[in-house]
Amino acid sequence: MNHTRRNFLKFMGLAAAGLCAASAGGALAATAKGSSIKDGPVAAKAKRWGMVIDTKKCGTKEAIEVLAKACHQAHNVPNIPGKQNVKWIWAADYEQAFDQPNNFMDESLEKREFALLCNHCTEAPCVRVCPTQATYKRPDGIVAMDYHRCIGCRYCMAGCPFGARSFNFMEPRLHLDLANLNKEFPTRMRGVVEKCNFCVERLAQGKQPACVEASSGALAFGDLSDANSEVRKLLREHYTIRRKPSLGTEPSVYYII
Amino acid sequence: MKLYNGGKIITGLVIFLGVFLAPLAYNMGKAAYSQPKLKMPENEKECIESKEFMRTKHMQLLNDWRDWALRDGKRVYVNSKGKEFEMSLQKTCMKCHTNKAEFCDKCHNDAAVSPYCWDCHIQPEGLKK
Amino acid sequence: MLEKALKGSPKYYLWVGFLLLVIAGTSGAYVLQLMQGLTITGMSRDVSWGFYIAQFTYLVGLAASGVMIVLPYYFHHYKKFKDLVIFGEFMAIAAVVMCLGFIVVDIGQPQRMLNVLLFPTPNSILFWDMVVLNGYLILNVLVGWTCLECDRQHLPHPKWSKTLAYVSIIWAFSIHTVTAFLYQGLPGRHYWLTAILAARFLASAFCSGPAILLLVIMLTEKLTTFKAEAEGIATLAKIITYAMCVNVFFFLLEVFTAFYSGIPGHTHSIVYLFKGVHGHTELVPFMWTAAVLAITSLALLIPPKLRDNRNLLPWSLAILVIATWIDKGLGLLIGGFNPTPFETISPYWPTGKELLISLMIYGTGALVVTILFKVATEVKQEIGASQKPTVPCETEA
Repeated sequence: MNHTRRNFLKFMGLAAAGLCAASAGGALAATAKGSSIKDGPVAAKAKRWGMVIDTKKCGTKEAIEVLAKACHQAHNVPNIPGKQNVKWIWAADYEQAFDQPNNFMDESLEKREFALLCNHCTEAPCVRVCPTQATYKRPDGIVAMDYHRCIGCRYCMAGCPFGARSFNFMEPRLHLDLANLNKEFPTRMRGVVEKCNFCVERLAQGKQPACVEASSGALAFGDLSDANSEVRKLLREHYTIRRKPSLGTEPSVYYII
Repeated sequence: MKLYNGGKIITGLVIFLGVFLAPLAYNMGKAAYSQPKLKMPENEKECIESKEFMRTKHMQLLNDWRDWALRDGKRVYVNSKGKEFEMSLQKTCMKCHTNKAEFCDKCHNDAAVSPYCWDCHIQPEGLKK
Repeated sequence: MLEKALKGSPKYYLWVGFLLLVIAGTSGAYVLQLMQGLTITGMSRDVSWGFYIAQFTYLVGLAASGVMIVLPYYFHHYKKFKDLVIFGEFMAIAAVVMCLGFIVVDIGQPQRMLNVLLFPTPNSILFWDMVVLNGYLILNVLVGWTCLECDRQHLPHPKWSKTLAYVSIIWAFSIHTVTAFLYQGLPGRHYWLTAILAARFLASAFCSGPAILLLVIMLTEKLTTFKAEAEGIATLAKIITYAMCVNVFFFLLEVFTAFYSGIPGHTHSIVYLFKGVHGHTELVPFMWTAAVLAITSLALLIPPKLRDNRNLLPWSLAILVIATWIDKGLGLLIGGFNPTPFETISPYWPTGKELLISLMIYGTGALVVTILFKVATEVKQEIGASQKPTVPCETEA
């Protein structure tokens, strides 16, 4: 070995790196012996969650406001005025919701409002573009968000053809009623993107999504892959449309017109 | 051997040692460090795992819980003794440890650690306006 | 060699000091953004990418531009570019540094940046963008620095540097193609959803990038003893002209497809940019200025007599840079997000703080260019390469 200063420093550097790697390996091994994980006993299970919205029963701004209130309260969604707002479910008119422009619409459709939310697409572009898999597709079809991993690059927002996602431009707690939070659910931090999560935390307890519960039967939620589910029954009996189907994203939210 | 620039070197060394040993000088004469007194839960004597395990590994356990519950959709943890818990910081851990300031913060403040859990997760004692 | 950047004329110190002051001053705005979040920008729920990403996109073009010098020199042994190669490589380094800077200031949780490395996601184009940009930076640093160091020591360039230079030529095309892929694969944004976007990006890069490089080189000639080979400059101007012709042509192709087919998805964004929609005409004056300037720059660059006029050339290039910047730095992003997925218009304009933070990044890039070009010109002076003649030739115009 050539005993130069340079070689000594190289050796020390390698030794230090080796020590770090060894101790890091120890710290990462975590779980207790004998522990395991499993599904909750009452968790609702499905192969592909979907939603059917009867827009005749829930077609006014006020009715959709009820849904939005239930959702935003359950998930501590901030109420921010202006264009940097955050919303998981909201009302919009026909032209804004659908890509089938019609210059001579029937009057009821002209006046009707539609509840828009994340469509939890089967071929979700947001999942495709996320560089950290912070947004990902669960095996049950729900497009979920991991707020711990999101770096806030907002590529998913550019990728979503439905404008379903919101970014926390500022600290959301500045626009929340801190005395009236849902303590069973976290808020988000600024700098991450958020959206409707089909109430995965409620599904895990066997409950229906908050908006469905608040809709007095106008919204139906269930397993699209189960031919006997309520949603499939509704889809067989009524004419339904989805938002922007020509883009091939296969949305899971259907609207009874 | 002559020490070139000796004046500057000695001065520099003295300043360095002064700055480096300042924290020790600051704490001289004060009481020795004692482990903080944590407010323990009243009703429950057993945590998810043993005290020794939680002390060293609660960070890793919470990370694992986060990934299992959120990413894998599995929300029930069966501990090494066979007892089942829902994997949730707010709904399980904080149900017993009902005050973040009197439990979590006690050790974290002393160790100068500020985990970002609380940027999102709501502490049980609520948020001040 | 870096020590050459530490000593210079009083004007040099003044310039570096000014840049450091600008960077230090504007970093206050960045600290504010770190504390308050991206709410201080003009971005909104509908226009979620803005000035920062637009600058990043334009500067990737500047980074790729070095290849317009490196390719003829290495692939075709075009000796007239010999003294320009190092400046192309060094400008690429500064441009990539600025690109990375603009990305960092744009992300919402910058301390989680490394998640892109910790959780590699090959199906995400942003992952590949990170890979190719950093790879290009490493390539240019390695090749540029080594070759300059060898020149200084009067040694031949090592064989591996030639291999890496060849790799960097292919890589340069890839960085801007990947950046274009960021946009052209998104199903909801019809202004971007076109196969020709990557080709447009490359064409725009290969005219605007070398134009900026040429302007900086001409400035370098004024400020140092460096003198570029006149024929090299003339050839580069020719390349810029051809690339700008292709750039304008590609845009006209887009206009044809949109308006001959009449499909709203294709036409709406262009109509918003050039005519206005629902009374929103914010960008109309800018886009038409860009169009007029683009044609003007071509009128000043295509005729050889005008292109070879060294007094007129800087102005023609500046006009070209402004036109391409408006197209890529303003029109591309704002037109991409408008009309929104709801067919509404959500106007966007950068805020003052957003511009200050952008100035911080541009200042950093200018500092990198200053330092690297200082090193390069001093080395060339040391070895007596490409220097101004001490006695002006009688035949010089």
